Amino acid sequence: MALVLTEEQSMLRDSARGLISDKAPVSHLRHLRDSKDPTGFSKEFWHSFAEMGFAGLLVPEEFGGSGLGFVEAGIVMEEIGRTLMPSPFLATSVVAASALNRGGNAAQKSEFLPKISNGSLLATLAIDEGAKHRPLQTSLQAVRAGNGFKLSGAKALVVDGHVADLLIVAARTAGSAGERDGLTLFLVNPKAKGVAVERTIMVDAHNAARIELANVEVNADSVLGEVDQAAGLLDGVLDIGRGAVAAEMVGLSDEVFGRTVEYLKSRKQFGKLIGEFQALQHRAAELYVDIEITRAAVMKALQALDADVAKAASSVAVAKARAGTTATRAVQEGVQMHGGMGMTDQFDIGFFMKRARVCEELFGDANYHTEQLARARGY
Amino acid sequence: MSDSETADLETFRAETRAWLEANCPPEMRKPATSDADVFWGGRNAKFSSEPQRIWFERMRDKGWTVPDWPKEYGGGGLSAAEHKVLRAEMGRIGARPPLSSFGIWMLGPALLKYGNEAQKKEHLPNIAAGLIRWCQGYSEPNAGSDLASLQTRAESDGDDFVITGSKIWTSYANYADWIFCLVRTDPAAKKHDGISFILFDMTSKGVTTKPILLISGYSPFCETFFDGVRVPKSHVVGTVNRGWDVAKYLLQHERAMISGMGERGVGRPLGQIAADSVGTDAQGKLDDSMLRGKIASFDVDEAALAACAERAVDLAKAGQAHPAFSSAMKYYGTELNKRRYEILMSAGGVDALEWESERSKQGARPRAWLRTKANSIEGGTTEVMLGIVAKRILDLPGA
Repeated sequence: MALVLTEEQSMLRDSARGLISDKAPVSHLRHLRDSKDPTGFSKEFWHSFAEMGFAGLLVPEEFGGSGLGFVEAGIVMEEIGRTLMPSPFLATSVVAASALNRGGNAAQKSEFLPKISNGSLLATLAIDEGAKHRPLQTSLQAVRAGNGFKLSGAKALVVDGHVADLLIVAARTAGSAGERDGLTLFLVNPKAKGVAVERTIMVDAHNAARIELANVEVNADSVLGEVDQAAGLLDGVLDIGRGAVAAEMVGLSDEVFGRTVEYLKSRKQFGKLIGEFQALQHRAAELYVDIEITRAAVMKALQALDADVAKAASSVAVAKARAGTTATRAVQEGVQMHGGMGMTDQFDIGFFMKRARVCEELFGDANYHTEQLARARGY
Repeated sequence: MSDSETADLETFRAETRAWLEANCPPEMRKPATSDADVFWGGRNAKFSSEPQRIWFERMRDKGWTVPDWPKEYGGGGLSAAEHKVLRAEMGRIGARPPLSSFGIWMLGPALLKYGNEAQKKEHLPNIAAGLIRWCQGYSEPNAGSDLASLQTRAESDGDDFVITGSKIWTSYANYADWIFCLVRTDPAAKKHDGISFILFDMTSKGVTTKPILLISGYSPFCETFFDGVRVPKSHVVGTVNRGWDVAKYLLQHERAMISGMGERGVGRPLGQIAADSVGTDAQGKLDDSMLRGKIASFDVDEAALAACAERAVDLAKAGQAHPAFSSAMKYYGTELNKRRYEILMSAGGVDALEWESERSKQGARPRAWLRTKANSIEGGTTEVMLGIVAKRILDLPGA
């Protein structure tokens, strides 16, 4: 498949860009942050997102969704990355919807997927426990109790965890931390007894929570997929999330870069536009090339996910690793080339730097994914 | 793409796969490891092995030395989509290019765009069939990065130009049959405006070449001297004094070719090569964690570059490519290839230092390592490439 957008995909990008840049520019994030908005995103805007068919973008049409693919989800993520809009799209529409669609039984799908599509249900995956993304290190315990399970343990960096109506919790039903066998996914109602949700205000003013579960009782119907055998399902769902975050980072990098190049063309020092200085020209050119290469790698990964999620791991590792190093470079050059202005809160560039840092940690940073590639290649 | 086009393409894929399976000799399905493994064609061409000859002749007979050139000029007449399929299928079995040629990579595309019908008919079929080997007369002792300041003169004399001057870094000039050459036809004009692009036979009276010994111990480049070489004016490609347009267009193809040096998906992965010499721990990880990290980062960048190269081709087909993008690829691909060889030298350790032994294949690795240092110089330095990106793509002021 050609690594360029089709006509339909270009139209999707244009409509997503139009909507997002109009209704949720960076000032939207700034307002949510400064007003200490209790949800941290705009419910009203989420409903218009749903009306456009974006909330259920990946959901099959039989469950009220648009039935589109990961390339299309990446297109929306890239536009979200351009304005840093806090949105349930990643956690609900990409990660949770994929988990339910790929792992859910008929009853689970028909209960939750239509509500995701119409924007009435927010859901999220609770996976990380330690400071770094290490899915196999999951140690949150689920022990059998009667007809169901009791869950105990803690989760960190649960995206949208403070507003989610449904938690998809990775737990250990057997084995010990580090092992692939013995992982199980559970659908947990955050209002259930024993669930404590603490919203964590993050550096990027986006939304996340820490969640503690103390003997939370769930019944057997709450298992998503197979007991003890969630590792395969998780691999796919996490790779989908990684591809989506990588696409967000491409949008973010491209936007920061565009703003920086404009600044190089307008800021004067020593009687010259600073963009006339070769020291800055070459750095800008290097960054441009980095972004274009990463853009291609991310597109390749999203196409690989569309072709076969189970075979996309290496492409996704390359994409997320590249997206991490590229975005980190883009935001650092963005602040540096904006000089003192780049350090001010009044200027938007800092928001991009903060969001890039969070995206880097989401679903594994560049080091993590580089390591994954080395392992896959057997050295 | 319509369903019937997709079906046709899948038929083409199946047929191509079967044909390659039946016709590509097993010896031609592994990466070239020495100069003898590469067939350059030309009047004095010699095949280094029987499989090399068979593979070349079979591909030539299908027009697949130049799969996407029109059939009337000796090409395969494949569509862009078919060409991509052929490349993918050749890559799948690790098939070597049957013919390496500056005629294919550089002159051909320029002739297709700027040549007149007589020139296309005279030269393109000979390139496709590997009958004529070309070299490139661009750089001069005082015109390297600042190529347009070249001084080789072509003075009008009746129906001919008389060419006097010298070129440097002329790749394989001593083996070439013909040269495509930049000459100054109007010394009074501004430097970009008085240049012509001209073709002539290297056996013409007044042409001499002298190989330059490089740090690798090899001499892939020559100094080339022209002492009153008489060339018919009909050998000018495009318009007299507008040769810079042709030169730039050709450079885009040259840069695309050189950037390809950084993406060699075929052959053993670096991690495995390193494991042989460095060793591994109980879990099979390289016994040098810093080197392992460098290799893994390299692998990430190499895979990403390969995606970008694929995308560049797709963008060009879709008419969405920026004409200067080959400069971006050239910069990154060559820097990446230098990284590859720094890693290979580090991984090889003491074994990669031998220069002459049989064991080291006459120092193949250190010589190749040193050769790569030219990648970011030839065809426009990294700094020139970044300048082009800054000016033509980013539109930065004064670049």
